[in-house]
Amino acid sequence: MFSEMIRQKSFCVSAVIFVILLLAPSFLPRFYTYFLTIIFVTALLAMSLNLCVGHGMLFQFHHGVFYGVGAYTAGLLLAKTSVPWWIAFIAGSLAAALAGLLIGMFCIRLNRLYFGMLQISLGSLIWAIAFRWYSLTGGDDGIHGIPIPDFISSTTSAYYFVLIVLGICLILLYLIIKSPFGSTLQAIRDNPERCAAVGINVRRHQLTAIVIATFFGGVAGVLFVVMEGSIFPDLLFWVLSLEIFIMCLLGGWFTFAGPILGAAIIVSLRTFVGTYTEYWTLILGIILILLIFFLPEGIMGYNYIEKFRAWSKRNAAERFE
Amino acid sequence: MEDGQAITFAALSITFLVGVSRAMILFIVTSGLSFVLGVLRIPNVAHGSLYMIGAFAAHSISTLFGGESIGFWLALIFAPFMVALISLVAERSLFCHLYEREHLMLLLFTFALMLILGDLTKIIWGADYRSIMAPKIFQGSVSIFGSPIPKYNIFLLIIGPIVAIGLWLFSSKTKIGKIARAAAVDREMVGAIGINVSWVFAFAFILGCFLAGLGGALVSPTISVTIGMDHNIIIEAFLIVTIGGLGNMWGAMVGSLIFGITQSFGVLFWPQFAIVFPYVAVVIVLTWKPTGMLKSVW
Repeated sequence: MFSEMIRQKSFCVSAVIFVILLLAPSFLPRFYTYFLTIIFVTALLAMSLNLCVGHGMLFQFHHGVFYGVGAYTAGLLLAKTSVPWWIAFIAGSLAAALAGLLIGMFCIRLNRLYFGMLQISLGSLIWAIAFRWYSLTGGDDGIHGIPIPDFISSTTSAYYFVLIVLGICLILLYLIIKSPFGSTLQAIRDNPERCAAVGINVRRHQLTAIVIATFFGGVAGVLFVVMEGSIFPDLLFWVLSLEIFIMCLLGGWFTFAGPILGAAIIVSLRTFVGTYTEYWTLILGIILILLIFFLPEGIMGYNYIEKFRAWSKRNAAERFE
Repeated sequence: MEDGQAITFAALSITFLVGVSRAMILFIVTSGLSFVLGVLRIPNVAHGSLYMIGAFAAHSISTLFGGESIGFWLALIFAPFMVALISLVAERSLFCHLYEREHLMLLLFTFALMLILGDLTKIIWGADYRSIMAPKIFQGSVSIFGSPIPKYNIFLLIIGPIVAIGLWLFSSKTKIGKIARAAAVDREMVGAIGINVSWVFAFAFILGCFLAGLGGALVSPTISVTIGMDHNIIIEAFLIVTIGGLGNMWGAMVGSLIFGITQSFGVLFWPQFAIVFPYVAVVIVLTWKPTGMLKSVW
């Protein structure tokens, strides 16, 4: 499987990008290092959601809650107890996966929109608890100034830590999608009835996909704590979940790397348009509408080469007439 | 009860009535959402923004007329029409070209609309808190079982059933209502017998948004009108529609009552975690009846 991966052209491209990103902090100003870190964390979150949405066709409407659970678990363990940092990080990811398992077991019996709605409801429950439990979570203020271990507390070292974790997670996600399990998941997406008929346990595969996705969502949450050193209830709010969903659709939800692009676009918009005007969501809305009308498969899902060939062929035909 | 006061029958009944009157506003907003969901099959995420615009418009209209009783009544009439006009423009200029597309794209479109409308509201009205006075006859409170309840809540208790009956009469007795219900069941067939389905959809969408505006105008005297009220209402409205049964108007009523009453009893019994109670109720309903209390039209 590895040799096959290395032979592919896209693997070389991503290796080159990875090396450039490794060198980036040495010539970029500090703000851009931080900015890239935000993109990496958001990209991992969107990628994990896309395992459910793009590859499994599960309407995971409240994925942000698992991001929040990961961040809250790691943040609370670091701030309120004296456990070593690595236990807190692993506990954060596992807590998200556990929440994914519990919520998934409830939701998986329902179909499509009902699935999404029950998930929003259960997720909002967790949000409401985090929002109101002042003595533990700090309520709507959240907790700030969480002690981060020294070796990843500066902007540059946090950047490297996030980049390396992101790289490992992306390789794992790629292997999962290309594995027999991933193929089964995509088969279920395309025709659940037939899959059930040939003896595949549809519900169990979907539940496994949810648990894997929420685990990586939790990893993204832990990385958020490393980057920001704070936690607040907006991480669990449904607006964030919808934003991640949009990132998947925007980048191209049937492609592997699409969500990364979607995350990069939305984070850049928020950062750069946000410095000029407070009305950046207006711009985002207009871009979304343009996208819906002209690129319904997402930016990476659009087959540019095919369309260009068709276009040039048509042009050539017109010239000869 | 945190202050050790005994829960009396009066307190329970007042809590119940306040919960039901809150449920009436939820019902008016949710029935619009449910109508759009039933006919167009679209979860309209922008519904909450239209509700917010309804509340802001009601504030502007009532201050324009001096904030007296007459201002409130005019606001109650004109604010929903303003919202309906906005939805007409959005529907005819953009939305109607997308009906053939995949469902997720329609959802995405309404989300984009929500972002745009939310920011436009911020540009036009700003981020201040606003409040409206209820008209003179609804100020003060009346005593029921020895406890006071605001007169405005009584007004809500009356207007909720009026809207419900009006909607029921409209959808089961008028021709256009029947066409809309038929389009919900089988849109190809309705198109095949020579009815312009696109205009039926537009009409249903505008009616749904009108109800959102009406809900916004009605809620404006009871809360402070501000940016961000769209985010709260839309999630509640979606959950209510889901537990009631998608597209079923009476289901929206049942769901609203469940939501409103659990919320107000939550405030009575455990104020700190009051917002948790309705979500727990939703989880219980959906685990018990996965497709909602009443029959959904899907």
